[in-house]
Amino acid sequence: MNVTVNGESREVADGATVADLLAELGLPASGIAVAVDGEVVTRAWHARTVLTDAAGVEILTAVQGG
Amino acid sequence: MDDPLVIAGREYSSRLITGTGGASNLAVLERALVASGTELTTVSIRRVDVEGGTGVLDLLRRLKIDILPNTAGCRTAAAAVLTARMAREALGTDWVKLEVVADDRTLLPDPVELLDAAHTLVDDGFTVLPYTNDDPVLALRLEEAGCAAVMPLGSPIGTGLGIRNPHNIELIVARAGVPVILDAGIGTASDAALAMELGCSAVLLATSVTRAADPEKMAAAMRHAVAGGRLARAAGRVPQRFWAQASSPPR
Repeated sequence: MNVTVNGESREVADGATVADLLAELGLPASGIAVAVDGEVVTRAWHARTVLTDAAGVEILTAVQGG
Repeated sequence: MDDPLVIAGREYSSRLITGTGGASNLAVLERALVASGTELTTVSIRRVDVEGGTGVLDLLRRLKIDILPNTAGCRTAAAAVLTARMAREALGTDWVKLEVVADDRTLLPDPVELLDAAHTLVDDGFTVLPYTNDDPVLALRLEEAGCAAVMPLGSPIGTGLGIRNPHNIELIVARAGVPVILDAGIGTASDAALAMELGCSAVLLATSVTRAADPEKMAAAMRHAVAGGRLARAAGRVPQRFWAQASSPPR
């Protein structure tokens, strides 16, 4: 199935969780935040949150600013 | 600690908050932050694949500088609230510099969205430091909403135009029960000193240091200016006079 990650379409396995996606992208679980369809998914829920087809995933971190 | 800045129960010996935005690279940023003496700095929240990376977080942790995430780029209360929640998740802090701007050309705060977001975030347990207009009424409303400080602009972000309405800043200071932090518009050291002379508790700046020809030197200048302005405010300046008054005895 397809999900959108930071604005780009991406194929993920059926039943993939947020934790699976982060592992696939090579991202650490700390220092980042994940939202699925506009709702924050806290770290404790990464492994329990199954992505659905066409889900919109945002993965954010801190950069220089302000 | 002598004369600390206290925000929401946290004490800082430095009254200069130097943001991380605008530095050409992390080495320049590090030297500027250290020279400024800051103990609190801002970061922005962006997609992981954009420029910047997470190197800035490693730097701030190494320098033991507290992190104040901002909601820069947000135009609505809803966007700012989501960004604050993402920052809390990513950084493990419930402090947020709340920015809700109206348009790209002025980057002026949208007061309606700002106040709305402030209410929501305070209710959600955040320590909210709002970037606001130099509007004494709005500053009071933000304080009533439960904000831990109010951060009026001197002039629009990145303009370096200094403090365009010093009287409004004094009005805000005169009625505030929370720290007033002059945020945005600082161009050079005298602007930072003026903010403190007007009674502000602290100064937040970034561009004036990070985009100066010599960021490290300007950071040191700002550190001295803030300390000097604070001392001058406490010392009690002489009244301004129209006619001269001799300082030497008549004979």
